[in-house]
Amino acid sequence: MAKNELDARFAQFGTVSFAAVTQVNDFVGYLEEGKLMGTQCKTCAKSYFPPRAQCCDCLTADMEWFEVAGNGELVSYSTLQYAPTGFTDDLPYTIALVDYGKYKVFGRIDSSVPDSELRVGMKLQAQTGKTGNGRLTYMFKKI
Amino acid sequence: MGKVGIIGVGQSSFVRTYPGSIRELVFEGFSEAMKDAGIGRSDIDATVVCSAPEYDKQRSPAGVIAEYLGLNPQPTFYAETLCSSSSTGLKLAYSLVASGLHDMVMVIGFQIMSQLSSAESQERMGRGADILWESPFGTMMPAYYAMHARAHMAKFGTTLEDLALIRVKAASYGQLNTKAVYRKPVTLDQLQDPGSFLGAPVAVPLRAGDCCANADGSSCVIVASEEKARSFSKKPIWIKGIGAASAPVNMAGREKLYGLSVAEEAGRQAYKMAGITAADIGVAEVHDCFTIAEMMAYENLGFAKPGEGKDLIRSRETYKDGSIPVNVDGGLLSKGHPIGATGGSQIRTVVLQLRGEAGEIQVKDPAFGLIHNIGGVGLYGNVTILGLD
Repeated sequence: MAKNELDARFAQFGTVSFAAVTQVNDFVGYLEEGKLMGTQCKTCAKSYFPPRAQCCDCLTADMEWFEVAGNGELVSYSTLQYAPTGFTDDLPYTIALVDYGKYKVFGRIDSSVPDSELRVGMKLQAQTGKTGNGRLTYMFKKI
Repeated sequence: MGKVGIIGVGQSSFVRTYPGSIRELVFEGFSEAMKDAGIGRSDIDATVVCSAPEYDKQRSPAGVIAEYLGLNPQPTFYAETLCSSSSTGLKLAYSLVASGLHDMVMVIGFQIMSQLSSAESQERMGRGADILWESPFGTMMPAYYAMHARAHMAKFGTTLEDLALIRVKAASYGQLNTKAVYRKPVTLDQLQDPGSFLGAPVAVPLRAGDCCANADGSSCVIVASEEKARSFSKKPIWIKGIGAASAPVNMAGREKLYGLSVAEEAGRQAYKMAGITAADIGVAEVHDCFTIAEMMAYENLGFAKPGEGKDLIRSRETYKDGSIPVNVDGGLLSKGHPIGATGGSQIRTVVLQLRGEAGEIQVKDPAFGLIHNIGGVGLYGNVTILGLD
């Protein structure tokens, strides 16, 4: 990497990315390794998903990564029949919020899971993978 | 500190496509409010200009608009909280007047959305959410509110028919509003037929008929000190309570999806400042960008207990002759939603109601009116209470 070149790995995240640079770009590196990661403050031990580089409780930037593991509970979901510019090729797709207890994770339900099998409160598991256009992402699957 | 009043209100017609520029559109709401107040331009000490960015190309629209309306050299600035921008503008105007800095402040709201395609608009709205962690999944406003609808249904047993009843109510009043985009009647059958235009799924469980339409429009509210209000207006309407709140932008940061915490918090502040409760409200305008949004507003504002919003619409208590009339101007569902103009339009409706000038949709003798105006998906909450005394 050239001396003044910014680490712009975040541009690889999602069907369409709207930002290239953050201080949690390692999130994308972990996705490539097949791991979905959040951050935890080393001072107060608070878990953050989505990951953040700084803790507003402790006013520090001393964080470590943890893996989003185990099962979460489906809080709610919606299947889109109409999409914003840039996402039409993915239709129909389902967005969802999953509660892991200490934190929640927003993302898509994997297209292999039929809508008819989805229920609020059911257990789901996050897995890393690729979007329809071959970019890095994660999705929720049935256990 | 003296009271702060509203002495003039105006809005343009809300239309699908305004054949002109933002300055010309803004003029329409401005001229109505100026005539309503019976004031001259030199009486206005400052303007607050409100819209959501990136729908038209003009950067820093406050300057362009102040010039076009003949409001130089008075100060002007821009305020933005997405769909609640002009309620935020009202809060700023109130503060400027209550502080004694200015005697009369104008709040201008506008939006031209028709220069973008619908999919492009949804992309802009999607970027009003978290562009790092949510927008890359292809989010849009109807889908976020659909998640709230699903959560409300799962927790409280609310049905799609309950949501449809809200649209049917809105349409019954939208037909009477000459400034509304959608003026046709809507039936339950239309909403429950997936093959019909209004019944077509957009973001399941929400159908097209559960969603308001994008629109072009402008609004204008003139705020004055007690002394000025009494000297210019025979019937000033007083700002009794103002509440505002924010919530995590990312759904992952929300405690719940079956209600909006910003509406609860803003409502709590506004009721406390006004010294009244939900039972005192005679007429309300709530932010029904989607049918589920009105259902949650009933509960978040205390018109119904959590989970009992559906009983309010089933028993028609939110119709004009019910115990708490809500959105008797047709709401966003009928009027359309020109983002930055919407709050000012809601304020206008409540001011006309309190003055007894609302015509066919006049509610019987309301003493207090409430405006609930939400920015983003429960990101910014604004509740304003207006009163006769």
